[in-house]
Amino acid sequence: MTTNSPSKVHVTTTINGQQHELLVPGYMSLLDTLRELIGLTGTKEGCLDGNCGACTVSVDGRIVDSCLVLGAEVNGKVVDTIEGMATPEGLHPLQQAFLEEAALQCGICTPGFLVAAKGLLDNEPSPTEGRIRHWLAGNLCRCTGYDKIVRAVQKVSD
Amino acid sequence: MVATFEPKTDYKVVGTRPIRHDGYDKVTGRAIYGGDVKLPGLIWGVMVRSPHAHANIKSIDTSAAEAVDGVFAVITGADMPDAPSKLVDLGEGDINFKWASNKLMADTKVLYRGHPVAAIAATDRYVAEEAARKVVVEYEVLESVTNVVDALKPDAPVILPDMVGDDLGEDVTNTNMAAHVRHEFGDVEGAFASAAHTVEREYNMQMVHQGYIEPQNATAIWDEEDRIKIWTSTQGAFPARTQIAGILQVDVSRVKVTPTEIGGGFGGKIPVYFEPIAAILSKKSQRPVKMIMERTAVFETTGPTPGARMIVKLGADANGKLTAATSDIWFEAGANPGAFIGPAAMCVYAPYEIANTRIDGWDVLVNKPKVAPYRAPGSPQVAFAMESAVNELCEEGGWDPLQFRIDNASKEGTRRGDGVLFSKIGMEEVLQATKESAHWNSPLGDAPAGKARGRGIANGYWFNIGLKSSANLAVNSDGTVQLTEGSTDIGGSRTSMAMHVAEVLGIGAHDVRPTVGDTESIGYTDVTGGSRTTYATGYACWLAANNLVDVLKDRVAILWDIDKDDVDFNDGKFISKAEAQKSIGFKELAGKLDDLGGPANSTGSVDLESAGDGFGLHIADIEIDLETGKSDIIRYTAIQDVGTAIHPAYVEGQLQGGSVQGIGWALNEEYYMKDDGSMANSSFLDYRMPTSLDLPMIETVLVEVPNPLHPYGVRGVGEVPICPPVAAIANSINDALGKRLYNTPMNAGSILKALKQDS
Repeated sequence: MTTNSPSKVHVTTTINGQQHELLVPGYMSLLDTLRELIGLTGTKEGCLDGNCGACTVSVDGRIVDSCLVLGAEVNGKVVDTIEGMATPEGLHPLQQAFLEEAALQCGICTPGFLVAAKGLLDNEPSPTEGRIRHWLAGNLCRCTGYDKIVRAVQKVSD
Repeated sequence: MVATFEPKTDYKVVGTRPIRHDGYDKVTGRAIYGGDVKLPGLIWGVMVRSPHAHANIKSIDTSAAEAVDGVFAVITGADMPDAPSKLVDLGEGDINFKWASNKLMADTKVLYRGHPVAAIAATDRYVAEEAARKVVVEYEVLESVTNVVDALKPDAPVILPDMVGDDLGEDVTNTNMAAHVRHEFGDVEGAFASAAHTVEREYNMQMVHQGYIEPQNATAIWDEEDRIKIWTSTQGAFPARTQIAGILQVDVSRVKVTPTEIGGGFGGKIPVYFEPIAAILSKKSQRPVKMIMERTAVFETTGPTPGARMIVKLGADANGKLTAATSDIWFEAGANPGAFIGPAAMCVYAPYEIANTRIDGWDVLVNKPKVAPYRAPGSPQVAFAMESAVNELCEEGGWDPLQFRIDNASKEGTRRGDGVLFSKIGMEEVLQATKESAHWNSPLGDAPAGKARGRGIANGYWFNIGLKSSANLAVNSDGTVQLTEGSTDIGGSRTSMAMHVAEVLGIGAHDVRPTVGDTESIGYTDVTGGSRTTYATGYACWLAANNLVDVLKDRVAILWDIDKDDVDFNDGKFISKAEAQKSIGFKELAGKLDDLGGPANSTGSVDLESAGDGFGLHIADIEIDLETGKSDIIRYTAIQDVGTAIHPAYVEGQLQGGSVQGIGWALNEEYYMKDDGSMANSSFLDYRMPTSLDLPMIETVLVEVPNPLHPYGVRGVGEVPICPPVAAIANSINDALGKRLYNTPMNAGSILKALKQDS
C-alpha cells in the first residue's frame, strides 16, 4: 500500500437519502469513509475484519460490514446507516423497542444490531426466534447475552 | 461506625423500569465513544509491536519511519519517564507504576508478543501504519514460558530479573513466582483423616479475554502549559488519571481525564494502555493524537483473565457435611505480577461452611499479556474447580447436589476461606429460590436420537467492593435536577443514579438529568467495577439528595418565615410541623428559589467498605450430539441475591450477560497459544465468543434480600453471574454423558475425546 501518492476515486453516493460527492482514497474502507470523511461516527469500529458487525450498514438494501467494503465501491449505490434510521416523526420502532426492552448495556454494538435487524424486518416482517437469532449471528454483543435484543426485535415483528 | 438501614418496600421510583437517559443517543448513533472524538488538527498514533514473546532488544532504528512524509513523532522506550516501583490500589487490583509503564512500552526486553517497542504519530492511520512498518528492530530471541508449571521449574527463563517475589512473606529473587499466599484454619489433616468421603482433582483453564466490542483507545493533548488532556473509554476517569500521572511522572492535577461513552470493559478498561503513549506523542508532535487499538492487539496485549492450574481436595462425613478442604491455585499473571490470587482465596469456599480449610495461591509470571480484571477476577476459575469437586463428592457419597449445597450453605457468621466472617448474606435464600424455581421443577425432556441431555448446577460468589464515590446536584427552576456523578456508565448506571435522587426528592426518574463528570467537574470516584457502582455511587446520590432536602428546608423556612427545624420533608412535600395543612411540593419550591436565596446545590460523597457479599446459583441444561461432540445450551437460569433491584431490567441484563460470558468460557473461549508464545486465535472469528445463534433465552430469578449497608438495600450484582456457568456446564456434561471434563474449554473436540476414551 502506497500512501504517499494515493490515487483518489471519485464517488457519487446516496447516504441516508442525501447525495454525496466524494474523493475517496482507493485504500479507504467504507467504514473510514463514513467516519473520517463524512463524520458519521454512529457506525462503529470493533475489529476491522468483518467478525463483530459493529460497523454494519446497508448498501442497496443489503446488510454489509462496512470495514470489508471500500469506500470506492459504493459509487452509484445507496448507503443507509444508523444516523438515517430515525425520521422527523420519531424513532424507528426498533430503536424504541431497544430502549423499552433495555436491549443495550454499553451500546457500542447497538447501531450495528439496529441496522441488521431492520434489514431482516424490511424483508421478513414475522421472523421466528430462531430466524432472528440466525440473522443476528453476525453481530457480536458481549454485554447482554442477546436475550433482550432478541425480545426487542420480536416486539417489533408482526 | 457503619450505618445500617431497615428494609423498605414502599418505593415510587426504585424497582421501576424507566428508559435510560443516555438511550436516545445510543440508539441513534449520536453518543460519543472514545473512537468518535474529533479535535482540530487531530493526528493518528499507532504502535510498533514485538513479533516475539520473549526477546532482548539489541537495537531500534526509527530513521526510515521518521523520514516518511506526514510523520510527526516517533517514540521508543527511551522516551518513557522512569516510573518508580510504587504499588497503587485501583479498586479491583493493584498496579505498580514501574511494571505498568514497562507493559506499555518495552525498555531493553520484550516480555510478551505484541509488546510495544515504538510508537508513531502521523497525519492519518494509513500513513502511521506505513511508517510503523519501516521501524527496524533487532531482537535476540529468548526462550518463552507459557504455563505455570514450566515457569516455576528451576531452569526456567526468568522473565523479570529484577523482580523480588514474596513467598509467604520471604523475599525471593531470580524467579517467576511473584507471590505465594496461604490461609489455613482448623485441623485440616485431622479432618481429612476422619472424613468418610474425599475427592481430590486437578483442573486447568486457559486464559480468556473480556471480549468488549470497542477496542482500547485514547486521544491526548499535551499542551504548552504542560497540562495533559485525555479523552478515553475508561472504567474510571480518576483511577485512569492516577495511572497516567504515575506513568508520566507528573502531578495528578496536570492530567484531566474526560471519560467518553465506553463500549464494554468488564474490568479490562481499568488499566490504561494508550493514554500515556498518546500523551507523549502529543508532546513530541505538538498536536492532539488519537489511537485506536487493532483487534489482534486487543487480544494479544490487553487484559486476559489468568489461566489457572488448580488442585482441590474435599472431605465430608458420612452424613454429607463438608468437613475439610484444601486448594492449591496457580494463576498466570502474564509478564508482570498481579494474578488475583487474593480474590481467588476469598471466593473458593465462600458458598460453603467448612470448619477446616487451607488455601495456597501462587502468582506466576509467564510470557503472555499481563492479566487485567475480568468480571469477578479469580472467582470463576476457583468456582469451576470447587463446584465440580463438590458434585464429584456428591457422587461418592450418593447425595443430591442441590440438597448437599443447602445442607452446607454459608450463612451469617460463616468464616470465609481467608478468615473473614460473613454478615447477613443470601446464599440460603438463593438455594431455596432454586428449589422453588420453574426450571428446577421442570423435566429435562428426552433427547432426540443420537443426542444426550444433562442438567448441572453450580454456585458462584463475589465479595463486591465499596470504595469512594461523589455526586453533585443542582436544582433547575422548572423543578428538575441536574446530577453530576463520577462513575463512567458501562451498562445503564446513570439511570440508577438518577432513580436514587428521584426516590428521595419525590420526583420522576426523568426529572433528574444525570451526567458523568470529568476529573475537573466532579469529586474523586473509583472505578466502575467490583460491582460497586450502583451501590456506592447510588449511595452518594442518595446522600446528595438528602443534603439537597436540607438546603431546601432553609429556603422553605424563609418562605414561611418559620424556623428550619419546624420544616419537615415527606413524600416529595415540605410540610410545616406546626401547621400540617401548610405544604409545598419540590417542583413548586424550585420555581420560587430565585427569591429564596438563589441556586440550590448539594453534594454527596462516600468511602464504603463493601457492597455486600453476593451469591448466585445457575442451572444449565445441555444437549450433546454424540457423533460430533457439539453441545447446545437448551435452557439456562441464573438465580441470584441482588439486594434491592433499583432498575430490574438492567439487573436482569447483568445476570444474562455474565451468564453468557461464562457459557463462552465453558464451551469455546481460550487463548490457544503456540510454543513460541504467540496466540493462534487472536481474532473474533477464531476466538469464537457466543453469538445469538448459540444461545437460548437466559432466564433470571432476582432474589431480593435487602443489603442493610445501603439505604435502599442495593447489593453488588454484576460480577457474581460469571462465576457459576463454567462449573454448571461441566456438571451438566457429566450428567448427560457420565464423563467429567477437568479443563476448559469444553468444546466439541474435548467432549468427543472424552466420549471415545472408553469406547
